[in-house]
Amino acid sequence: MIKLSDVSLIFGEGTPDRVEALNNISFQLNHGDFVTVIGSNGAGKSSLFNAVSGLYPPTSGVISKNKVDITRWPEYKRAAFIGRVFQDPLMGTAGNMSVQDNLTIASYKGMKKLKISLNKQKKNEFRELLSQLEMGLEDRISDNVGQLSGGQRQALTMLMMVLSSPDLVLLDEHTAALDPRNAEKVLELTSRFYSNYKLTVMMVTHNMKMALDFGNRLIMMDRGEIILEAEGKEKSRLTVDELVKRFHDIRGMSLTNDETLLS
Amino acid sequence: MIEGIFVEGLIYSIMALGVFMTFRILDFPDLTVDGSFPLGAAVMATSLVGGFPIWTGILLAMLAGAVAGTITAVIHNELKVPSLLAGILTMTMLYSINIRVLGNKANISLLKQSHMISALVDATESFMNAGIAQLFLFTLIAALAVILLNAFFHTDLGLTLGALGGNERMVVAQGSNPKILKIIGVGVSNSLVALSGAFAAQYQGFADASLGVGMVVSGLAMVMIGEFLIRSSKIHWLLIRVIAGAIVYKAIMFGGRYYGYRIHLTPNDLKLVTGLLIILSLIITKTDLLSRWKKRHQND
Repeated sequence: MIKLSDVSLIFGEGTPDRVEALNNISFQLNHGDFVTVIGSNGAGKSSLFNAVSGLYPPTSGVISKNKVDITRWPEYKRAAFIGRVFQDPLMGTAGNMSVQDNLTIASYKGMKKLKISLNKQKKNEFRELLSQLEMGLEDRISDNVGQLSGGQRQALTMLMMVLSSPDLVLLDEHTAALDPRNAEKVLELTSRFYSNYKLTVMMVTHNMKMALDFGNRLIMMDRGEIILEAEGKEKSRLTVDELVKRFHDIRGMSLTNDETLLS
Repeated sequence: MIEGIFVEGLIYSIMALGVFMTFRILDFPDLTVDGSFPLGAAVMATSLVGGFPIWTGILLAMLAGAVAGTITAVIHNELKVPSLLAGILTMTMLYSINIRVLGNKANISLLKQSHMISALVDATESFMNAGIAQLFLFTLIAALAVILLNAFFHTDLGLTLGALGGNERMVVAQGSNPKILKIIGVGVSNSLVALSGAFAAQYQGFADASLGVGMVVSGLAMVMIGEFLIRSSKIHWLLIRVIAGAIVYKAIMFGGRYYGYRIHLTPNDLKLVTGLLIILSLIITKTDLLSRWKKRHQND
């Protein structure tokens, strides 16, 4: 469905600060895949997401969706079929507006129309949807989103994302900034939405165990390259120790990122 | 005099609604206003002098304002300059353009022209005092502006404009092009400002190229005074309080003009008063926050 061919992303070309954020990445994503992406800081996980979502167009290479070349499409245009959830729970919602206003904006992608679509029936639909989150938000539909907790905002962001049934969902450490209880909750929502809405998901995580527990595919990145891919049965047999060992074998050095090991 | 305050307040409240849209809703501090207000006045005056019907002049003034706003938004979008600089550029260019629109003169007198207000006074003088008639007309216009803007901000597009000021990333993630939204927002804002200028020209009986000096700042003062008068986060109250703020602002200015001589104020000092008003508003807002912050910590 989404295909990356030899995608490179280079910052500061021709300067001493040249950084190769992505180095000839080729990767194909099929419908229904749930890919977990791991790697240490600066490995290129977020750059990969930024290239796919259109925030930073790649320096070279081609990104295509169902054989349509979307490499130069701006971010807002790709957002029509890509949903992205960031680590910061404030990023996905407008805090100065009510829950129902946020949901109205999210109910269809693209240029918004000059019509009032928020009516009684819509509000009831929204209450129904919000009750899925099991956070009591269905009773706070006209409260400003700024009054919600981080966990509630992130759950709302997840709901807003699935409203427009995106073809691809990018989860960028979407639970990392939450407390353990809310993180658990948002992860549970992630699996539930994945199966209920038949999503295709890429999820960046710092937590190796999480990367192994979730999804049918796993990729490990380092210095802008995909250094390890595992799928299906091969992935389900992987363990954290095995991953660390494989990294060592591939890179000829040990995985020294504390954050990765400790989590 | 009292209806004079209200009428002037209502006329300038249309401009203040434009300032509110950019400063408060879009988070796009737009200084085009200092140029688009006299632009509206100039287009209206030239259109009247040219013999066009009143409504044509009004529509042309609004259109001209929308174009001015669009230029500011496009400079900001495409050249990636801050909104303040984009606004200053358009405002400065408009100074020359406004003199062109006025026929290479600094002002046009409308005293001998038939215009909206003279037509209204003529039509109603048999049964109504001129001041009251104007008050009715502009109350109606301001009410209409509030009703239309309120409806607009409840549409999907209007909600998205509201979200744009708070979180541009979210708007992009929902598939809207923020550049187009800014053009729409700043365009509508400046067409309101120009409309206000068109009314002001007819009310004062002349259009002048320097009519816009300090206009953004007085618009901002109106918006901030309104924020003191009514506390709410509902959009209709946000709009209504701009109107209220404009009237109170004009009352303060009238007070300054009529009674200011007692403390040796001259009309030339009013811009200073406006600036001080804004600074005072800011101080009160800050200290209000401070006292709330203190209270919270006392409770801990």
